[in-house]
Amino acid sequence: MTGSEAILKGLEVEGVEVVFGYPGGAVLPLYDAIYDSNLRHVLVRHEQGAAHAADGYARVTGRVGVCIATSGPGATNLVTGIANAYMDSIPVVAITGQVPTTAIGNDAFQEINITGITLPITKHSYLIKQAEEIPHVIREAFYIASTGRKGPVLIDLPKDVQVEAFDLDERDFTRPVKLRGYKPTVKGHALQIKKAATLIEGAKKPVIYAGGGVIASGASKELIELAELIGAPVTTTLMGIGAFPINHLLSLGMVGMHGTKYANYAICDADLILAVGVRFDDRVATDPSQFAKDAKVIHIDIDPAEIGKVIIPDVPIVGDAKNILRALIDRLIDSRFDYSEWFNVVRGWKEAYPLRYNPEDGLKPQYIIEKINELAPDAIITTEVGQNQMWAAQYFKYSEPRTFITSGGLGTMGYGLPAAIGAKVGAPDRTVIDISGDGSFMMKCQEIATAVEGNIPIKVMILNNQYLGMVRQWQELFYDRRYSFTDIHSRTDFVKLAEAFGAVGMRVTKLKEVVPALKRAFEIDEVVVIDFRIEREENVYPMVQAGAPLDEIIEPKTVPENVFPTCEKEALEVE
Amino acid sequence: MVKHTLTVLVENKAGVAARVTGLFTRRGFNIDSINAAITDKPDISRLTIVITSEKEGGERQLEQITKQLNKLIDVIKISDITAYDSIERELVLIKVDATPEQRTEILQIVEIFRARIVDLAAGSMIIEVTGAEDKIAAILTMLADFGIKEVARTGKVAMIRGAKTL
Repeated sequence: MTGSEAILKGLEVEGVEVVFGYPGGAVLPLYDAIYDSNLRHVLVRHEQGAAHAADGYARVTGRVGVCIATSGPGATNLVTGIANAYMDSIPVVAITGQVPTTAIGNDAFQEINITGITLPITKHSYLIKQAEEIPHVIREAFYIASTGRKGPVLIDLPKDVQVEAFDLDERDFTRPVKLRGYKPTVKGHALQIKKAATLIEGAKKPVIYAGGGVIASGASKELIELAELIGAPVTTTLMGIGAFPINHLLSLGMVGMHGTKYANYAICDADLILAVGVRFDDRVATDPSQFAKDAKVIHIDIDPAEIGKVIIPDVPIVGDAKNILRALIDRLIDSRFDYSEWFNVVRGWKEAYPLRYNPEDGLKPQYIIEKINELAPDAIITTEVGQNQMWAAQYFKYSEPRTFITSGGLGTMGYGLPAAIGAKVGAPDRTVIDISGDGSFMMKCQEIATAVEGNIPIKVMILNNQYLGMVRQWQELFYDRRYSFTDIHSRTDFVKLAEAFGAVGMRVTKLKEVVPALKRAFEIDEVVVIDFRIEREENVYPMVQAGAPLDEIIEPKTVPENVFPTCEKEALEVE
Repeated sequence: MVKHTLTVLVENKAGVAARVTGLFTRRGFNIDSINAAITDKPDISRLTIVITSEKEGGERQLEQITKQLNKLIDVIKISDITAYDSIERELVLIKVDATPEQRTEILQIVEIFRARIVDLAAGSMIIEVTGAEDKIAAILTMLADFGIKEVARTGKVAMIRGAKTL
């Protein structure tokens, strides 16, 4: 068997059904083997798209996403995608071609030290020197990517290793992985769980703060059960959206910089924060010194390095969220909880400070998202980065995990379109919608060709304000409206562009055109791009300025607000 | 300013040192010394890293680095042994200017420090000295007057006293 055949055999054993890739000189033997295999290969139009598609596929399916690129520029084009997966702890295996082992280090044509470049953005990486290493490397790579705190693993595969013939012992593909330096803690420490339970029993104003770790762990059911058992309100991070149904009575929606006012108030006012699978990042703990400053903190995370990184918890519990939440439920099941007083306060905030915008005043992006939600409530939403991402997070009602696919940590513009392709490949029966902006769309628009040629009928909704909207918003608020290079008013015609790729293009400029256009988009089984010409200077609100405490909230002045009488906190008005 | 000594057991594989040091450089830490060599088990290497945390919040950052080091797949075990009572040694080769008239004087210094002369030439000699940090610093000061031409240090190695092992 050759190295290439061994790679494919390994992928098969790991249950890989699809890879996203782009051929090139240093992966010719591997692609030659793919030519004869049953493995589905989605040909992207740029390697970054392959990494994002693998990432989107992984987020939707919960399985490991696989991408392939050639050496040199192919490998470096993967880098942003690998970093994106790393920042959001997404299981991805990236296979890169490499120049022959004899040429490594000689600045050969299309040679790049990709294991070196990706050292800080991979969970682990391999440079395979001999074909006989392939079985255990594939096995380890998938194991490492998909266990503990998940993440990307890179396998660099020299061209001569791909053609090297060797005697394969097939059992090597299924032997248990033994890594003495890698033993993720899965089960929570019993004493810590007991301490956490005691804190929960003693709390008066608890809030559950849930993140991407809940989704990674598959712990939504346990999260809902625990929240209902103790009656505590739940807010999620951007990465945690979908982990707790937004329509649930106890849901506070998203917390943080563009979180709901009531979620932020609840965090500020809580006396206990139960943090599950979160990392207190700077978009949530905007000012760590003020974050939940009167609250005790229980921090559940699978990664011991997250404990105490930003906030020092009163009770840290390292382990898998699903296990630990279950253990907490078991421990608390016979306790009585009455948080009705706190619940009423929170509900009061929720009624008084809903997410709001003025729908009267032109074509509003929030309105479009609401209509998408009405017409395709079961859709999987991917997003780009910026205002489109925040509106998609705020105005679509997510009711289950793995339906909101977004670049959280790295904030990669151009992520949503290839991620939508990966998502649709992973969930072919679902409607998959990329909520995009005109800036982000241009970063990866060539992947429309991938979707069209691969018969992957995704729907791309461009919220086109002819600005780099989020940067413009910051310039408006903090840089005296000096719109330095964010006004991208251009003659680029997205409808024609879509058509040029063989997709269906539509343009919507008026409120009344929104629903018919969406209906048509969802009816036809084709790749659709809709260019929504939205109000140019609509902003994302509420907003907490970077570094400010969570209860210093900037809100639009143009929309009336009913002030809830028991709340003493004043919103900072601008505009 | 606190000096920390970290001992790290790692898989004896290509690139492991780069993975380990990368976590320091990312946070702007300078490594004072690093020693790496295989142990009695040929597939395991031992690193001894000496680091000074001088920045504000450096201690917390170092704790973060230690945790991140632990996460590396190729890192088997890591301990910050700063707080332990431990044996610390470094071997240094020092080449000094030594005219025939100066040799006796240098010899005396070498004896006092229990060092050894390992090479002698017409105008120079190489001294091998082993010891803890203060001893190395002291002999270097004494020899400076004669003119030090070259210094090669192994970096510190360390081991906790008593039966406790890594």
